[in-house]
Amino acid sequence: MKKLILTTTALALTAGMALADTVRLGTEGAYPPYNFINDAGQVDGFERELGDELCKRASLTCEWVTNEWDSIIPNLVSGNYDAIIAGMSITDERKEKIDFTQPYTLPDPSAYVALSADVDLTNAVIAAQANTIQASFVAAAGAQLVEFATADEALAAVVNGEADAVLADKASLVDQVTSNDQLVFLEKEELIGGGIGMGLRKSDAELRGQFDAAIQSMKDDGTLNALITKWEIGATF
Amino acid sequence: MFPYCTDPSTLEGLSWLSCYLTTSKHMMLFYSLGTVLLLLAITAPTALAFGFLGATSAKSHFAPLRWIGKTYIAIVRGVPDIAFFLFFVIALDQLFEWVRHEIKCPDWDQPIRQGNDFVVCAAAKLPLGDAPQWVHEVYGFSLAVLTFAIVFGAFAANVLFGAMRAVPHAQMETAYAYGMSKRQAFWRVLVPQMWVYALPGLSNLWMVLIKATPLLFLLGVEDIVYWARELGASKTPRFTDYPHPDWRMWYFLGLLVFYLLFTRLSEIVLEKIMRRLSHGQATAAGEAMRRADA
Repeated sequence: MKKLILTTTALALTAGMALADTVRLGTEGAYPPYNFINDAGQVDGFERELGDELCKRASLTCEWVTNEWDSIIPNLVSGNYDAIIAGMSITDERKEKIDFTQPYTLPDPSAYVALSADVDLTNAVIAAQANTIQASFVAAAGAQLVEFATADEALAAVVNGEADAVLADKASLVDQVTSNDQLVFLEKEELIGGGIGMGLRKSDAELRGQFDAAIQSMKDDGTLNALITKWEIGATF
Repeated sequence: MFPYCTDPSTLEGLSWLSCYLTTSKHMMLFYSLGTVLLLLAITAPTALAFGFLGATSAKSHFAPLRWIGKTYIAIVRGVPDIAFFLFFVIALDQLFEWVRHEIKCPDWDQPIRQGNDFVVCAAAKLPLGDAPQWVHEVYGFSLAVLTFAIVFGAFAANVLFGAMRAVPHAQMETAYAYGMSKRQAFWRVLVPQMWVYALPGLSNLWMVLIKATPLLFLLGVEDIVYWARELGASKTPRFTDYPHPDWRMWYFLGLLVFYLLFTRLSEIVLEKIMRRLSHGQATAAGEAMRRADA
């Protein structure tokens, strides 16, 4: 009888392992070129291609889930998805709550965008997306900060005159500036953040190892650099 | 969608708009309209059931049941909706998973709370980790329905509680005089007559419920507000075939019209129900109808 119970538990456990094979990737879907929703309503962008390739290399079945940026970490730790791949910079503050893989981009300088090039940053109102490294940077610098739920709303605040400048990852701004004649980059750039990595639960060391190895293999054979160049994310490794 | 949509950059005016409004992404907006209507269709009767249970227990002669009913009404009515939605859904989800975990994985030796992480065994996950995306969506939606039902049920309970007291006491006494038991009098006299007193309060709740549906977004269900914001955000030519500046204002204007039309339609329907319920009632409206007929 005892043996029977043991075998069923073993079976149940292995069944549990088999179940865990689908990995749910959480992203924001509102941060081109890193991740966005394309015309077909699918997640697209640099991280979509990267994530699909990483899952292939780690032999995982992956599924994409979108979640708003504000609650992206709480929903990871409560288990609604298994990894964050959403242009999230690796910071000490976030490391207290979740673990990161090795970075898959080099630190991208953050740039200011404004309606004119001669904005005085010392007493300007600066817009940024809430819970980003840029928002904490502006707050720490003591400037006037207005926060928005999405990167697009932060930029729209500058166009509407609610804020004097917006601070965001440069790669996310380039396209907006080239397609809108009103907007210009300011000369000053800030080097903040330690590159972007995938975020995982602290209790999920095994999955983190798998993704770490997959990122390393993409770094080694140059495919990661090719992706970075294709999506104009910034400097290559 | 249409055959001429293959190269949107060559299109102008209305044909461009017709292609733009029928992209798969816009279909998701229209589909989410359906989600909202479905939520209302399921939540309203569920909340009413919760309200009925709450009201009957608050009126109960059995003290513990009465305490439960009164506590439910007091707590849920007293907590702000947003706080309730943010806290309660996560707590409810974790409660379900914890119960399943205790049943399915008795041999688990690790703690469930590891720092910030909430870890249960894979078999106890709700929905299961390998379930297709639609199962996750249905699960999220059901949690939303349950939360809405609990919140609005508490308000409905208070309305029904008041309505039960508004039924003239003479009616109940007459019922007892005819030899009906308490239970019979409750079901045959009190319940059929209370609706006319409850309807003004309930119709208020229905209107508030319609307008509260954007709270779905807080629960991770992609509703019309999410899609309006996402579709309205400015788009550059590199990432879409339909670039446009910030159009959120127009999308939100569309939502405004949708909600106004919907609440207007509800008003008309509720008016009809009220007329029907007033018929033959010992209320001012019922009396007026009787005179008009006579």
